[in-house]
Amino acid sequence: MTEYNLNGQTCRGDKIKAKNLNFYYGSFQALRDINLDIPGCAITAIIGPSGCGKSSFLRLLNRMNDLIYGSRIEGTIELDGKNIFDKEVDVVDLRKNVGMVFQKPNPFPISIFDNIAFGPKQHGKKSKIELEEIVENSLKKAALWDEVKDKLGQSALALSGGQQQRLCIARVLSVEPQVILMDEPCSALDPMATLKIEDLMRTLAKNYTIIIVTHNMQQAARVSDTTAFFMMEPDRAGSLVEYGLTSEIFTNPKDKRTEDYITGRFG
Amino acid sequence: MLNVSAKQTQKLAMAGIWGGGVITLLLLIVIIGYVLLQGLPGINWEFLTTNPKGGLSGEGGILSTVVSTLYLIGITLVLLVPIGIGSAVYLSEYAPNNRLTRIIRYGIETLAGIPSIIFGLFGYALFVTVLSFNFSILSGALTLVCLLLPTMITTTEEALKAVSYSYREAALALGTTKWQMISRIVLPSAIPGIVTAVILCIGRAIGETACLYVTMGGSAAMPSSLLEGGRTLSLHVFYLAMETNAMDKAMATAAVLIIIIILINALTNLLAGRFQKRLKGIS
Ligand SMILES: Nc1ncnc2c1ncn2[C@@H]1O[C@H](COP(=O)(O)OP(=O)(O)OP(=O)(O)O)[C@@H](O)[C@H]1O
Ligand SMILES: [Mg+2]
Repeated sequence: MTEYNLNGQTCRGDKIKAKNLNFYYGSFQALRDINLDIPGCAITAIIGPSGCGKSSFLRLLNRMNDLIYGSRIEGTIELDGKNIFDKEVDVVDLRKNVGMVFQKPNPFPISIFDNIAFGPKQHGKKSKIELEEIVENSLKKAALWDEVKDKLGQSALALSGGQQQRLCIARVLSVEPQVILMDEPCSALDPMATLKIEDLMRTLAKNYTIIIVTHNMQQAARVSDTTAFFMMEPDRAGSLVEYGLTSEIFTNPKDKRTEDYITGRFG
Repeated sequence: MLNVSAKQTQKLAMAGIWGGGVITLLLLIVIIGYVLLQGLPGINWEFLTTNPKGGLSGEGGILSTVVSTLYLIGITLVLLVPIGIGSAVYLSEYAPNNRLTRIIRYGIETLAGIPSIIFGLFGYALFVTVLSFNFSILSGALTLVCLLLPTMITTTEEALKAVSYSYREAALALGTTKWQMISRIVLPSAIPGIVTAVILCIGRAIGETACLYVTMGGSAAMPSSLLEGGRTLSLHVFYLAMETNAMDKAMATAAVLIIIIILINALTNLLAGRFQKRLKGIS
């Protein structure tokens, strides 16, 4: 394990470690032989052409793919040195630890307050004062508090798209995860809302490990510390082409395919 | 050219939709209005608080039939709603997508199309005879449960399926168990659809006559327990209209029936609203 200094903090260089990872939907291989060390308290961007398995990879990290009938995994993914596919790992605990923000904002059709309080409530926090505190803190961390503090009882669906996405981030924060996965979190948002989310991500990166899938090269360059570039092999299985510090990937890519992709000559 | 015809098609479609809506509304108003107009004058305190005299006279009131009806509906719902929702949750959330599940689903859909009198015969054979509940409210309610379960299950399952997949994903990704996800997010979101299912079933239960005649008998006496027979309002309307000359009383009974249906529907909606709020933790 290499420790290093990022964002003014000492971090594990291998908070998440994928080893010889293959992933299948039935007989279709979606990911081939992925080896990837994702550092803690940093933002890792996953980029690559459509269909190369970015979402599939992300959804392995909190085992959301368990829900897909016929999906199959070979190899391991370690979180803090423990294989998340081990039999004794409780997937419910794993997901508390590894939160996820989806491409389309998906607040529950209930009030803003209840959206944030939902997770903690299900995990046994019942006291009203405690819940109120969690809601306020989570919304503050998600930079949404000032906009909604006077209407916590209103339906979350009445918020704008960007606000809804920040609400979803606050909802994830409410259960105090260590890792936050984001699958194209800004693809449904306008540029202003996108910048807000990016600012938020930079702030959160001080305390959380963030992995973001994005199609937006500028976004990856602006926001992330490390970047992984995935591509499809001839049989359409996704594989990792290049991985490194974002500054290097974008200024000095080692692989010709990476260069072609980030300069827009491809995909 | 294309534009014009597209617009005309839209106009035609709109006219059709409006026409359909207006006709439905008119029919509803005319039927309910007619029954109420004919029936309301016959309703008075004595009519509501005495039992039918029985026999061919058509004399007396409707008290015991109202009580029997409410009794029957109550027992039916107490059994039907939990079993129906439970089965629907199983089918929509837990059942593997395999041959057995498809056969079960096919069976349920087939059952929903079988005429009620067949269920009546089945209820007579099983509940009245074999289990010797005799002609009783219990036999009638159990028969209704069998008759209505398919409708209850399929309508509830539709309601559950209509709940967006993204809510389920969001809940699970927060580290909830599957059951927490179902009970806290899916079921509350599906409540409007489930209420529709319940109202549909109440409507059918109230309207049934033949299948209840062969399981509850037709006694006009006041039932004092579940194991006694009874006569529902619909059955009483049928009696009055076919066996006696008391057409005015039939109309008055029909008016009471309609009022009860309206009240039950309103009550169901009210309770569901409360329940939904509580489940969502808003209240
Ligand atoms: N549930 C599924 N069942 C079967 N195949 C799937 C499923 N989900 C994705 N795939 C396939 O796996 C491959 C990778 O899909 P994935 O969604 O991970 O790509 P992606 O890189 O996220 O693409 P995009 O950038 O378009 O979101 C694709 O070929 C896709 O068709
Ligand atoms: Mg994707």
